Amino acid sequence: MSAIAPKFRFSYFIKSILDNAFWAVTLFALIGIPIMMVLFFYFNLPVMNDKLTTPYLMLTTIADPSRQIPLLKSLIHTDFFRITAFPGFGFAALLAAATIFIERKMLAKLQLRVGPFYCGKIEGILQLAGDGLKLISKEIIIPAKADKPIFWAAPVLFVATAAAFVALIPVAGGGWVVADIDVGLLAVFAIIGFFPIITVLSAWSANSKFPFIGGIRALHQMISFEIPLILSVLGVVILTGSLNLSEIVQSQIHYWWIVFLPIGAIVFFIAMLAELERIPFDLPEAESEIVAGWLTEFSGMMYGLVQLGSYVKLYAFSALFVVLFLGGWNGPMVWPPFPEEIIKNGITMGPITARFPGLPLLDQQMLNDTLWFVIKTMGVIFMVLLPRGVFPRIRIDLLLHIGWYKLIGLCFVNIFIALGLLYAGVLGPGGIL
Amino acid sequence: MTTQLPPGLQLEKVDERIMTLNVGPQHPGSGHMRLIIKVDGDYIVSCDPDPGYVHRGEEKMAEYRNYIVNIPHLERPVIHDSCNVLYPYCLGVEELLGLEVPERAKYLRVIASELNRCVYIQYWLAIYGIFLGHSTMFMWPAGDRELLIDLLEKITGARVTHAYFVPGGIRNDVPANFEDMCLKRVNYFEKRIKEYAAIFYDNPILISRTQGAGVLSREDAIRLGTTGSTLRASGVDFDLRKKEPYDAYGELDVHSNVLKDGDSYARSKIPWLDMLESCNIIRQALQKMPKSGSVRVKLKPNPKGGNDEVYKRVESGRGSLGCYIVSRSQPEPYRLKLSVGSFRNLICMPYLLKGEKLGNMPAVYWSLNYWPVEADR
Repeated sequence: MSAIAPKFRFSYFIKSILDNAFWAVTLFALIGIPIMMVLFFYFNLPVMNDKLTTPYLMLTTIADPSRQIPLLKSLIHTDFFRITAFPGFGFAALLAAATIFIERKMLAKLQLRVGPFYCGKIEGILQLAGDGLKLISKEIIIPAKADKPIFWAAPVLFVATAAAFVALIPVAGGGWVVADIDVGLLAVFAIIGFFPIITVLSAWSANSKFPFIGGIRALHQMISFEIPLILSVLGVVILTGSLNLSEIVQSQIHYWWIVFLPIGAIVFFIAMLAELERIPFDLPEAESEIVAGWLTEFSGMMYGLVQLGSYVKLYAFSALFVVLFLGGWNGPMVWPPFPEEIIKNGITMGPITARFPGLPLLDQQMLNDTLWFVIKTMGVIFMVLLPRGVFPRIRIDLLLHIGWYKLIGLCFVNIFIALGLLYAGVLGPGGIL
Repeated sequence: MTTQLPPGLQLEKVDERIMTLNVGPQHPGSGHMRLIIKVDGDYIVSCDPDPGYVHRGEEKMAEYRNYIVNIPHLERPVIHDSCNVLYPYCLGVEELLGLEVPERAKYLRVIASELNRCVYIQYWLAIYGIFLGHSTMFMWPAGDRELLIDLLEKITGARVTHAYFVPGGIRNDVPANFEDMCLKRVNYFEKRIKEYAAIFYDNPILISRTQGAGVLSREDAIRLGTTGSTLRASGVDFDLRKKEPYDAYGELDVHSNVLKDGDSYARSKIPWLDMLESCNIIRQALQKMPKSGSVRVKLKPNPKGGNDEVYKRVESGRGSLGCYIVSRSQPEPYRLKLSVGSFRNLICMPYLLKGEKLGNMPAVYWSLNYWPVEADR
């Protein structure tokens, strides 16, 4: 007798499928369709077949997939899509999730183990989803003496600040950025300045000793490394002559700034590690000294939110490094062009011909830019993750010594190099003279 | 900063600046014990170790069991180092009962205890690595230690709690191809642990953190009665395998590792050098070991000692480990006392941590080669 499912009956199986189908249809009709109607009301819907699309007419796209393409095309160019999905939070969260998976597998390989393995059959790719479900289902415990409103707000603020950081990063040419402002770099540093405040607020509001020490450590660390972080970027600003991040990328069409300003790049990278609280600079979360630092009292999804925020922050910093020093989205064209005949004639699969009016959704240049941007960003993220397998934790006095003595000195060397290149007439604002 | 404080533990001073931290027993950086640490900013004003959370009453238990039944529970204080923990007890009981250990058993005891020392030090090193935030140094020793654990399992039949030594020899002879297997594994193990130098001991961040942290001078090390790696890191050449050779150690060339600095770095390096030395000792012992012969003397059931008392000590992974047995012509010992290295090394912790930075606490604490369960017995 089979031990796997001794009470299995085929009729129960059919019944469960029918039950699920019934609930899916019911919930979609009662909740899904009204939400879609409301959402469509707010979008500028495209003209299809010489008819102005109404929200009601849009529902016919469920039956006719080829009608969805103009809708998607119109959706992609809305601000809502930009903020939530592509250059904004969704894209960043996706890369952050990939980062967590890569970190775990890479560290495991480095340490002669297998890492996540069972969840999701193939090399544990669903481990992150499992961890997320676990965190959501856990109870949230708040210390009795905590300052509750601030304690509740801190994780949300942390994620929100990280998301605001992401909004300033240009991902591809042609305005694929949520907020393209002329003082982009300044805005980035304004947002980075919020992180220590949130950290200290959450640490202090927990009203507990270990978070307090962790918060003070984080404050020391972030403030003393923000100065070299800002100074190291000054060389790029001198050579580019602009604070707009998109213009900084465009100035690197021929040469990346890391070629001329390697010292600045190294200083920025080290300061970035400290800002991100990555090993060897993970003092605010040093578990053998102060339990989990300023994260000690967070539980359940509050902890999950802080982790999400810190990985989104990791993505944003890596992307900023790519934008400033590694030429952003610039790179040779490798994305294959979309075949013309599919756009004109559609794809014939047996008796059915699927037509795609108005393809491609996204142009070839933009996809190529995104590809290069993602490749470079993942490379930088990999370099950020690597020290975790190699270095122990540093001590706070040594950390401050590095920040205040060595890195700031190197920053000035970097600025002198940039000024020298400018006055020697080799390079000038906007790239090669 | 607070003004002059009296030496020792009585450092109670009411000051708003001073914060009391309860490190342990639920703290990830404490082990089965509690450290009451008072900090002024980032500096430790006082440290009061509070062991006793894993007291098992091994010594009292031993008074109600006969000499053979005592074997399995006496190795519990340090299961990773179970052969060495049992060693002084077996030596003592042999003297009480007047047993002569066969030559082959002496060498096999040396091999088993050196293998066990490596297993223990690997575990200790793994925890030292994770205490300093070096996760690779946690995984590598924990993985490489399996190599020797498998070997010990083939010899003794158990992975960690071997109960291999019995009064009068060892419990059973080794399997047929033991010598080749042991040599091969020990050589590979030596190659692996030499790689640790590149990632851990020569790591500039590790050196910057541990060098000069918690310096224990030669005089203080002797005065406070430290032992083992803590003592040898302070420049005192005291290794019982060399000074008071027991069993087959007298016929082997044992080199004792001594460093002069007395800081956490030296204390963390001595056990690693000991592992390399253990590999040498095992190779020598395998060469000199008699190829055949009995490994155990036949014992009477319920053996009784005379009206006698005996004290024997061996060099364990944490230093000198002594066993004092009082016999009153009974099958059970009248009194049994274990003198353990962990407890002796713990005593110097308040002196070392005073005035250190909080970040140095795990680096100094675990470098003392302290095992909480052994200290509590």
